[in-house]
Amino acid sequence: MRYIPAERQPDASISRPLLRDDTKFAAGKIAAFQYVAVGVFVFLALGYWDLQVRNEEFYYGKALQNQIKSLPIPAPRGKIVDRDGRVIVDNHSSYRLILSRDNLREEHLRPIALGLNLEPSDLEAKVRRVRRQPTYLTIPLKEELTADELTFVEAHKGGDNFPEMELIKSQYRIYPRNGVAAHLLGYVGEINEPELNSPEWASHNPGDVIGKMGIERHYNEHLTGIDGQRQVRIDSSMNTRDVLGIKDAQPGKDLKLTIDLDLQVVGELAMQGRRGAVVAIDPRNGEVLALVSTPAYDPNHFVGRIDTREWSALRDDPHKPLFNRALQAQLSPGSTFKPIMALAALESGAIDENFTVHCPGGANWYGRWFSCHNKKGHGAVSLKTAIAQSCDVYFYAVGNKLGIDKIAEYGEMAGLGRKTGIDLPGEKEGILPSSKWKIRTQREKWYAGETISVSVGQGALTVTPLQLAHAIGGLAAGGVWMRPHLVKDEKAAEPVRKANLDIENVNKIVYGMYAVVNEGGTGGAARIPGVELCGKTGTAQLASNDLLKSKNMGEAFKDNAWFVGFAPRQSPEIVVAALFENGEHGPLAAPIVRDIIKAYFDKKARLNKLQQPAPSLARNLGLGGTDR
Amino acid sequence: MARYRSIRGLDWPLLVIALILCALGILQIYSATLDTVWRAAWWKQSIYLCVGLLAMWIMTQVDYHTLLGQVPILYGASLVLLVLTPLIGRLVWGSKRWIPLGYGFKFQPSEFVKLVIVLLVARYLTELKSDRLEIRDLLKLGALVGVPFALVYAQPDLGTSLTYLPILLIGLFLGGMRWQHAVAVLALVAVLMPVGWFFLKDYQKARLETFVNPMKDPTGKGYQVIQSKIAVGAGGVWGRGVTHGSQTQLRFLPVAHTDFLVSAFAEEHGFVGILVVLGLYFLLLMQIVQNAQTAPDRAGMLICMGVCSLLLFHLLINAGMAVGRMPVTGIPLPLMSYGGSSMLSVFMMLGLVHNVRLRRFVS
Repeated sequence: MRYIPAERQPDASISRPLLRDDTKFAAGKIAAFQYVAVGVFVFLALGYWDLQVRNEEFYYGKALQNQIKSLPIPAPRGKIVDRDGRVIVDNHSSYRLILSRDNLREEHLRPIALGLNLEPSDLEAKVRRVRRQPTYLTIPLKEELTADELTFVEAHKGGDNFPEMELIKSQYRIYPRNGVAAHLLGYVGEINEPELNSPEWASHNPGDVIGKMGIERHYNEHLTGIDGQRQVRIDSSMNTRDVLGIKDAQPGKDLKLTIDLDLQVVGELAMQGRRGAVVAIDPRNGEVLALVSTPAYDPNHFVGRIDTREWSALRDDPHKPLFNRALQAQLSPGSTFKPIMALAALESGAIDENFTVHCPGGANWYGRWFSCHNKKGHGAVSLKTAIAQSCDVYFYAVGNKLGIDKIAEYGEMAGLGRKTGIDLPGEKEGILPSSKWKIRTQREKWYAGETISVSVGQGALTVTPLQLAHAIGGLAAGGVWMRPHLVKDEKAAEPVRKANLDIENVNKIVYGMYAVVNEGGTGGAARIPGVELCGKTGTAQLASNDLLKSKNMGEAFKDNAWFVGFAPRQSPEIVVAALFENGEHGPLAAPIVRDIIKAYFDKKARLNKLQQPAPSLARNLGLGGTDR
Repeated sequence: MARYRSIRGLDWPLLVIALILCALGILQIYSATLDTVWRAAWWKQSIYLCVGLLAMWIMTQVDYHTLLGQVPILYGASLVLLVLTPLIGRLVWGSKRWIPLGYGFKFQPSEFVKLVIVLLVARYLTELKSDRLEIRDLLKLGALVGVPFALVYAQPDLGTSLTYLPILLIGLFLGGMRWQHAVAVLALVAVLMPVGWFFLKDYQKARLETFVNPMKDPTGKGYQVIQSKIAVGAGGVWGRGVTHGSQTQLRFLPVAHTDFLVSAFAEEHGFVGILVVLGLYFLLLMQIVQNAQTAPDRAGMLICMGVCSLLLFHLLINAGMAVGRMPVTGIPLPLMSYGGSSMLSVFMMLGLVHNVRLRRFVS
C-alpha cells in the first residue's frame, strides 16, 4: 500500500481552505523555528560561558577540593614498661575495614560478608539500621583483619568490584592476656559524646582514641603522640592516585612504671579464682610494686569497638570485674586496724607497755556484749599478745580509753579517710569516723558504744586495700608516709606526712606484728624462713555469724579476709595488703602476702648473686697456672 | 528515479558534520572510560556508528511515501512493543526500558518509536488537506501521540517520553494550529501542572527539586548536577586536555560517557571546544531545515522538521542539564553520547531526512 500525496486525489467536499502542498507555505514558520534554534544555542552558550569563562577559578578550586584529601597518619601510643623495662603494653598496626555508603550496592553485601567471614544477614541488618542516616556516615565492618581477609579486600576493593570497601590502617593496643594488671593499666577506646563535652578532653576531636581507665587515662597526654598527615589525590571511590606530601606522625612517649612484673604475676596467680585485691608498695618511696584486682577482664576486648553484648555482660556481672577493688573497694579493715589503734594508744599515752587486759572471751560495754573472736578467751593479754593473737577485748578497752576523736586523729595521720593521691583515676577515700564526721553526715552525736566497734576495725570505719598498705607501710617505716605512685616523678620524693613518732613505740607494735607471723600468732601461714616478715590478719564481718547460720545465707555474706604484711622487720622494703573477699578468715589472706614478699626477696637474692663477680672458670677447673 | 538515489545525492555537508560529531563523541568516550569497566565503550560506539550508517542507507532506500503508507502498522507495532517492554524488559536503575536481545545486546523500543511518531505526525497533518487545524484534529493528533507518551512515561522514563512532544509541537505549529488554541492549551497545561505533580514518581520529583536547588541534597540527587557544574567550570576557556580532566578521570562526574558526556567534553576541551560542538550542531540542524525547505511536498517537509525539532530538544535538555539550566533527565546527547539504540535511531532519522532529500526533484 503506497501512500498517495493529497494533491493527487482532490476532494471537493472539503470546506476548509485547500491544502497547498508546496513547502513554501511554511517558509515564515520555518524561519520562526530557526530563530528559536538560534535562541536555544545562545542560551546554551551563555550557560557554558557563565561556568567556564566567568567562574572558571571557582569551579577549578572546587575540582581540586574534590580530589585532594588530607588523610591522618595515626601516631602510635607510647609503650608501657615495668620497672625493669619489660614491655607490658605494646602496639601493633592492623587494618580496619569500613563500608562507605555513597556507592553502596545492595547486591554486593552478600559476597563482601562471605569474603570477610561475616554472617550476610547480620551485615544486611547493619546496613538497614543506618538507612535513614546521611550517606557520608560510614559503616564499620571489621576490625583487625586477618591476612586472608586483607587479601580478599585488596583483590576486590577496586572500582570494578566492591568500591564501597575502604581499608584504614590503625594502631592497636595489645594488653597482657587473661586480664593481668587490667585494672592498673586500664584501656583505650574511641572518645565518646559525654567525654567530648567535658573539659578534661577539651583538646580532643571526635574519633580520637583516648585512655579510658587506669594508667592509660591518667597518663593519656604522655602516651599520646601527634598524628601525622598525608596529602593525597583520590578518585571518587577514595582510591589514592598520588601522594602529594607527608607529615610524619610523632609517636607517643613510653612510660616506665614502678610495677615489678614478677611480683604482679605472683599476685595475680595467688588471687586466681578469688575475689579481692593485692597492693604491694615500697614504703621507703611509695613506689607501687604490684596492684592486683580480681576478677579481672581482658582489656584487649575494649580495643576498637566493644561488642555491646560483651559490655553488658561485664557490667552486669555480679562479681563486678570492672571494679578496681585495690583502690575502690571500701570495706571494714577488721583487725588489720589494730596496729593503728596501738600506735594511737602508745603515742597519745593512753596506755603504756605494761597495760594488760583480762580476756574472758568477751566484754560488756555500754550495756552490750562485745565478744572476742576467741570465745574461750585469751586470759591476761599484753600489747604484744593482743596484736599477735588479735585479742578484741584488749582493743575494746584501748578504744574506750582513747575515744573516737583520738582514734580518728591517728587514723588520719596514717592516711585513712582520704585519697592517698595515687596516680590512677577513680580512687575512693573510705570512711574514718569521728564525732564531727557523724554530725556532718548523719546529724547525730557519736555514741561511745560505736567507738568499741571501730576499735577492732568494724563499725563505720572503711578502708581501701591501697590505703591499708599505705597506712601500715608508713607506720612500719617509722612514721613517714610516702605518696603511692606508679610512675616516678619529682613530687614522689616528698613524703605526704611525717610524724614525730617515738621509735620505741613503733618497735613495740612491729614486734607484735612479728609475733603474728613468727611466734604462734594468727598469721603463721605467712611465715617465710629467713625473712623477718611482720603482719596482721583481719576478719571483717559483713553480718553477724549467728544470723548467717540461722538464715543459711550464701557466700556473699561470708566475712572478708585481710592480711597486711611487710618485711624486713627493720627498715621495711615492701609492704603488701591483701583483701580476699568472703574469704571467711583473715589467716586465709596471709599466704597471698607471703607469696609476694617471698618473690620479692628471692628476686633480690638472685640479682645480688648475679652482681657478684663470677668465680673464674679457669680456677674452678684447676687449669690455672699457679697449681703447677 | 534511481539516479536521484545515487550516493552523490546524499547531503554530504550534513553527513560530514554528523561524522565529526560522532568522532568527537568517540574520542570523549575513550577519554572518559579510560581504566574503567567501560573501557571497551569507544570501539563499541564505533561499531554502532557503522551500523547506524548502514541503517541510514537502508532508510533512504524505501520511498518515504511508502513508509507513510505503513504508518498504521508501524504505530500498532510500536504500541505492542511498548506494552511488552515492561513485561519482558530488564530492570535497570529502577525502570524497565530495555528488551534483551541476547549476546549482551539490548534494545530500547522507545528510541525507535520516535521515528514512528515523526511519520505519524507528518501523515496525519498531510491527510488533513488543509492549512488550518481544527480543535477536533488537535485532540485526535494529541491522543495519537499521547498513547505512546503515556506508555513510555509509565516505564518510567520521563525523559524519553518528553522527546515525543517537540515532534508533536512542531507539527501542530507548521500544520496551522490557531493561536487561540495554543493559548487555550497552554492555559490548560498551566492549570494541570500542579495536578501532574501528584502523578510524578518520587525520583522525578526529587530531580525537579534538585534542579531548583541542587545544594538541598549534595550527596544524593544534587550530586550529579553539582559535580557536572564543577567539571564544566573547571574546564575553563581552553580545557584541561584530553584524559586530563580531574572530574572525569577521577570519576567524580557520574556517567561521564553517557548522559554527562558533554560535561566531560567541556572539562577536557573547554569553552572553545563547546563552542565548536554547539556550532557543529547548529550547522547540522540548519542543514536539516534546508532539506525541509526544499522538500518536494508537505509530508517531506514535516518529516524533516520533526527530526530537526527532536534533535534541538535533545540538545537543549542534555547540554542544558550539564550546566544546571535544565533538570536531570536521562536524555542522551545525539550522535555523541554512548549508546547503540540512540545512535541507531538518530542515524535512521538522518536517513529519513536523506530520503526526503533524494526525492526532492518531483518528476
